[in-house]
Amino acid sequence: MTKEIHLAKQKRRNQKIAFGLFQFTSYAVVGLLFVILAFIVIKGIGVISWEFISEMPKEGMTKGGIFPAIVGTLCLVFGSMIFAFPVGVLAAIYMNEYVKDGWMKKIIKQMTNNLAGVPSIVFGLFGMALFVNKLEFGDSLLAGSLTLGLLVLPVVIRTTEESLKSVDDTFRQASLGLGASKWQTTSKVVFPIAFPNIITGLILSIGRVSGETAPILFTVAAYFLPKLPTSIFDQAMALPYHLYVISTSGTNIEASREMAYGTALILIIIVLISNLLANALRKYFGKKVKMN
Amino acid sequence: MLSSAATSITVVLIVFFLFIEGAGVFSKKPIEEGFLLAVHASNPINKLEPSQVKDIFDQKITNWKQLGGKNEPIVLFRTEDITEFYSEEELGENFEYFPAKIDEYVSKTPGVIAFFSDKYKAKDFHGKELEINKIKIFEFLSGEEWFPTAQPIAQMGVKALIYGTLWVSFGAILLALPIGLAAAIYLSEIAKKRTRNILKPLIELLAGIPSVVYGFFGLVVIVPLIQSVFGLPVGETGLAGSIVLAIMALPTIITISEDAMRTTPRAMKEASLALGASHWQTIYKVVIPYSASGITAGAILGIGRAIGETMAVLMVTGNAAIMPHTLLAPLRTIPATIAAELGEAANGGLHYQSLFALGCILFLITFCINMLVELVTNRGSHKKH
Repeated sequence: MTKEIHLAKQKRRNQKIAFGLFQFTSYAVVGLLFVILAFIVIKGIGVISWEFISEMPKEGMTKGGIFPAIVGTLCLVFGSMIFAFPVGVLAAIYMNEYVKDGWMKKIIKQMTNNLAGVPSIVFGLFGMALFVNKLEFGDSLLAGSLTLGLLVLPVVIRTTEESLKSVDDTFRQASLGLGASKWQTTSKVVFPIAFPNIITGLILSIGRVSGETAPILFTVAAYFLPKLPTSIFDQAMALPYHLYVISTSGTNIEASREMAYGTALILIIIVLISNLLANALRKYFGKKVKMN
Repeated sequence: MLSSAATSITVVLIVFFLFIEGAGVFSKKPIEEGFLLAVHASNPINKLEPSQVKDIFDQKITNWKQLGGKNEPIVLFRTEDITEFYSEEELGENFEYFPAKIDEYVSKTPGVIAFFSDKYKAKDFHGKELEINKIKIFEFLSGEEWFPTAQPIAQMGVKALIYGTLWVSFGAILLALPIGLAAAIYLSEIAKKRTRNILKPLIELLAGIPSVVYGFFGLVVIVPLIQSVFGLPVGETGLAGSIVLAIMALPTIITISEDAMRTTPRAMKEASLALGASHWQTIYKVVIPYSASGITAGAILGIGRAIGETMAVLMVTGNAAIMPHTLLAPLRTIPATIAAELGEAANGGLHYQSLFALGCILFLITFCINMLVELVTNRGSHKKH
């Protein structure tokens, strides 16, 4: 009897130790997030000023601002989304509403998964071979935007598909039952209900695109360009590449450290805002759809 | 209709362009374009392997006998050596007598092997131009030296790079897997719903931070830390890469394993508890075995992420293209090599193509990993039905 009590006690003690360890680990992971964020915010906040975000870099990128990099990143985000969003959304609608389950759907799904798994540097190589060299766009916003667009295509398709799937089938049946055509049902009923969630996917992809470096290394990014791009065939600076350059190979790495902290902070702010916005939207619309 | 094929088309295009460019490595001579290697006309040797040429110029092979030729010491000659044998007047003000003098020197030196530019080849050149074998795929994969711009022969061995990539990635997984699993267990089985709803989005935020920011953080925090803790001359090491990659792989591992654990049917857990098992016993005897395939998929995907990651690794590993022997020394990965070198490689040249060949290897590795994940998940779901 005492032996059993002893065993039970030991069991409980083991459990306590294990659970405590797991809890600690989880909080440590979250703590890590805060350490990274806090580190960059504390070091970077002093650098950020109106001049920093509105002026050209000066003195070998150790002074001045990062205005052209911000503009370049905005252009790339806009360019890639103009391409990836319609293509991705149409693809998802077709896949989810029209294609019947079968080998074709399986293959397309598999290919989308594979594309999502391709490393970003391989997209860079591909963009360079196809857009920069073969189609002779040169290092340009066009080449960079298309490369980034292809990179986020799987993200857009996946989030759109998920939002379409979350639309209850009764909506479709009701619409079809009232005599609407398949296309009317899709465009007038399913799409509007799914739209808020699709937008969430869009915002997430914006966050992804603005942080990617490897695909733009050889397709668009300029080391230093003290003017704004004027056409889609111009090179441009971009925030992530700028951060890479001034933290590893700038003319004076120590002197540009301050600038690097500032750039990292701006980059993180953009990414965090898009993530938080997406989360908030998801929650907000999630409630609304349920009420309907 | 067409747009749904977009991803498939892209994959096919990627494969097409990558492999077209990459295959060029194996169809070209590994000698710089516009240059040639020549020997004395009486030399019986017509053809050399790239590795033999390298050994000759590294003076590891010093006699033609070693290559099956005559017993004649090898005399190395490069274009710039000509000034040792002829005065400036003899060579002419604008080097117009260069071809004639090189020809003269080669014809009177029986043991010579000369490396010089095509434009200095005399019209009636008396030496014999050597044929250089193309790089074989096996040599490409097994060679340990990566000096794609070396003269006279480019060294394209990717073994060191492949090993570097694998070392860093497995180091990352060794660090991330236990931490990730522990966090996943806590989130899915132990934490209250409210705690979970706060923690999970925060952990997912980790995945949103751009890799270049991780690289920067690694560079200014982790690299100096490693340098001082281990007392190393440089902090840019494989370990720094593994740590940064581990942080980056955590959200993937946690999210996927947690999702897998949460699919464990409630009835199973309750049955285990009802039989007198403790909560902890239920977790590791029921929940973990049940979700093993999902957990494996998470770990494999995490490795895949780590293998393909470019910027963060490029910034913290030091990029020395040598065979790794320890994680505490600089090493170099495949993606980092591409990112660092493609900018300076001439378009369409051998170096450029060799980087595309690296891209092919990377693509194949990640492709296999994706397939493996697919396999593991499918097998898992079959078992359950």
